[in-house]
Amino acid sequence: MINATKNYFHFLWRCGRIAFVGDWRYYAWMGILSVIILLGINAYAKQFVHGLMVTGMSDQVSWGVYIANFTFIVGVAAAAAMLVIPVYIYDNKELHDLVIFGELLAVAAILMCLAFVTVDLGRPDRFWHLIPGIGKFNFPGSMLSWDVIVLNGYLLLNVHICGYLLYCRYQGRTPSKWFYIPFVFLAIGWAISIHTVTAFLYVGLGGRPFWNASIVGPRFLASAFTAGPAIIILALQVIRHVTDYRISDKALLTLRSIVQVSMLINVFLLFNEVFKEFYTRTSHVAASNYLYFGLHGFHALVPWIWTAILFNIVAMFILVLPMSKSLKYLNVACVLAIVGIWIEKGMGLVIPGFIPSPLGEMVEYTPSLNETLVCLGIWAFGLLAYTLFLRMSIPILQGRIAKSNEGASDDHLFAAGQKSDQTTASPHVTTTHI
Amino acid sequence: MTPNPPCSSGACNGGGGNGNGGMNRRSFLRTSGVLASGIAALAASLAPLRDLTDYTSAAEFMQKHYKELSKDDMDKVLDRITREVEKQYAIRPHVKDYKPMDGVEFVYCLNLTRCIGCRKCVHACVAENNQSRDPEIQYIRVLKMPHGSFDMEKGDHNYSTPTVPEKGFFYMPVQCQQCKNPPCVKVCPVEATWQETDGITVIDYDWCIGCRYCEAACPYFARRFNWTKPSIPKDSINPEMSYLGNRPRKQGVMEKCHFCIQRTRAGKYPACLEVCPAGARKFGNILDPNSEVSYILRTKKVFVQLKEELGTSPRFFYYFDV
Ligand code: SF4
Ligand code: SF4
Repeated sequence: MINATKNYFHFLWRCGRIAFVGDWRYYAWMGILSVIILLGINAYAKQFVHGLMVTGMSDQVSWGVYIANFTFIVGVAAAAAMLVIPVYIYDNKELHDLVIFGELLAVAAILMCLAFVTVDLGRPDRFWHLIPGIGKFNFPGSMLSWDVIVLNGYLLLNVHICGYLLYCRYQGRTPSKWFYIPFVFLAIGWAISIHTVTAFLYVGLGGRPFWNASIVGPRFLASAFTAGPAIIILALQVIRHVTDYRISDKALLTLRSIVQVSMLINVFLLFNEVFKEFYTRTSHVAASNYLYFGLHGFHALVPWIWTAILFNIVAMFILVLPMSKSLKYLNVACVLAIVGIWIEKGMGLVIPGFIPSPLGEMVEYTPSLNETLVCLGIWAFGLLAYTLFLRMSIPILQGRIAKSNEGASDDHLFAAGQKSDQTTASPHVTTTHI
Repeated sequence: MTPNPPCSSGACNGGGGNGNGGMNRRSFLRTSGVLASGIAALAASLAPLRDLTDYTSAAEFMQKHYKELSKDDMDKVLDRITREVEKQYAIRPHVKDYKPMDGVEFVYCLNLTRCIGCRKCVHACVAENNQSRDPEIQYIRVLKMPHGSFDMEKGDHNYSTPTVPEKGFFYMPVQCQQCKNPPCVKVCPVEATWQETDGITVIDYDWCIGCRYCEAACPYFARRFNWTKPSIPKDSINPEMSYLGNRPRKQGVMEKCHFCIQRTRAGKYPACLEVCPAGARKFGNILDPNSEVSYILRTKKVFVQLKEELGTSPRFFYYFDV
């Protein structure tokens, strides 16, 4: 027992050490991210002192970019499931090795979600009121309390799966199926639940007709399963570029077909929503009117939403056409889809829910500089976390950090963050049986 | 983007094991250098915290939910609040925890034919309930509406005519409707807001985490958030205070109309009613068949609950002299 603990801490220590090691590009990247994070912390410190006054929010528009980004990123986290489903349900070998990258992305994304919710709180010092058992948890009444449970549960599930698989790999033993397969399947269902619950957060508000529509949930899932895998496609190419970890084009193209189908569904659902609102033209159309065309002379969101729609439609065409079998076009489509959905599922969903206000008042919202800096800081934090996770896990997957080479120095790893033909590196493992 | 072999400088000997000493010292220096500058940068980025004036005291931090406070706990809390108010506003307040009375359910009736849109109620409310004056928080919104329409999108929130009422318009004050099925209560993740037995939905300002979910949920734009530290001139403080009502609030918490708990639970009328020059406002106990509100709801042919279709079942009724 004591030995096992010792082993485990040694493993953690080696992981921690490797995080500080890399080539100049690694340092530059981490340096830039750290600077942005510090700017974000600085902005948050101001908000902490002076209150949410320093944001662009008001009593009329009481949620802004924090919750908008939160909503988008929950989708990204949920999308890890789209890597797992083909592997474990359809037994797709191509994606097998990549599952862990998806799950690590989910972990980073959930950390970002928690950060976004925390910075949105007026009284972060009272966060403990939210802890079941100690605080007072309005469960199952409040959708927000559901969200607390599903997000943290998802975080734990993914940390467990990644951590267990990586540690087994490190020790060179085959993972016991009982220790992770049930959790993998649980995580698949859970992934869908985190996004559904987040959608219900909005759908459950009868006083906000823009959100109180049953199509919001399905649209959340469709857009998440578009943007999430699109992000993974890009991330995998970056990994393949800056490390010598091999990822086949075929794996990327498998993801392409997921993005393709989800995007078609996404655009179809959007069309459904637009039809219902504008064909019937009940008084509830006001918010949609504001979003797409502007209302009573207010139209801050109009250029944004049309950009999003344009991006989504162009991305859809590229994805459907055979041209996106070339990575160049696939990447363009992915970027367009991510930006499009970020606008549409973020600001495009949250802000019109508040405009006009329930009493018909028109008050617009623009994020303040301080608020933007906090957001950038959290994005940088997410990227930093993901980079760190990859930095630690790739050498383990490749067998460069393993129990068998525990005594040896990790010096050879100083180069492991890049393409190199080091002779000291352990034999390259191409099929990782996870 | 060319590969950058780490050992080209000769500082380590081939990445094997024998160059360890040099490598460790170098990496040690580098790591500690990075850590030191990191800590310095972090400290610098936290500099705005020096302006923090309002610390949460340990007692306040640990304080339990309102419903879990014993009589003793409550006495201590009231004592703490008294001291805080005294320190901040140089006035000794009477802070009490008024409880709902048995057999009482409050409702409000508002006569739209009479209301002249003078906004006296808005300001009386601010003065009674110790709302922040800068920025000013108001619980009551008066809409100026064109004759013949009940579409609130046609209402003017910011009318500022020198005289009221204006021809061709009617005026509709809106405040917390004290819903029987309050969406704000349902969504609060920490039960910081709830409905009391006399129908008043209250907020424990010491428990609210400021997530503003309730503000999004309320269909009547009744809830107000303290976006920054409230500021009230010392001479404008109303010293008659209640825990769930008008005691001064802190930054980052929600508040709203509570039917003047400190008055109505002591048998008085709400401030907005008392100040209304047109007699448009009626308030009372609906469980008492002899009350004015019972009479109005029994005899008026038409009265309106705002957004009735939402199923919130407001305890606030608009009626007309017809
Ligand atoms: S009017 Fe709004 S704040 Fe008042 S009880 Fe109803 S939902 Fe809650
Ligand atoms: S702002 Fe306060 S009262 Fe409103 S839902 Fe959040 S915790 Fe509850």
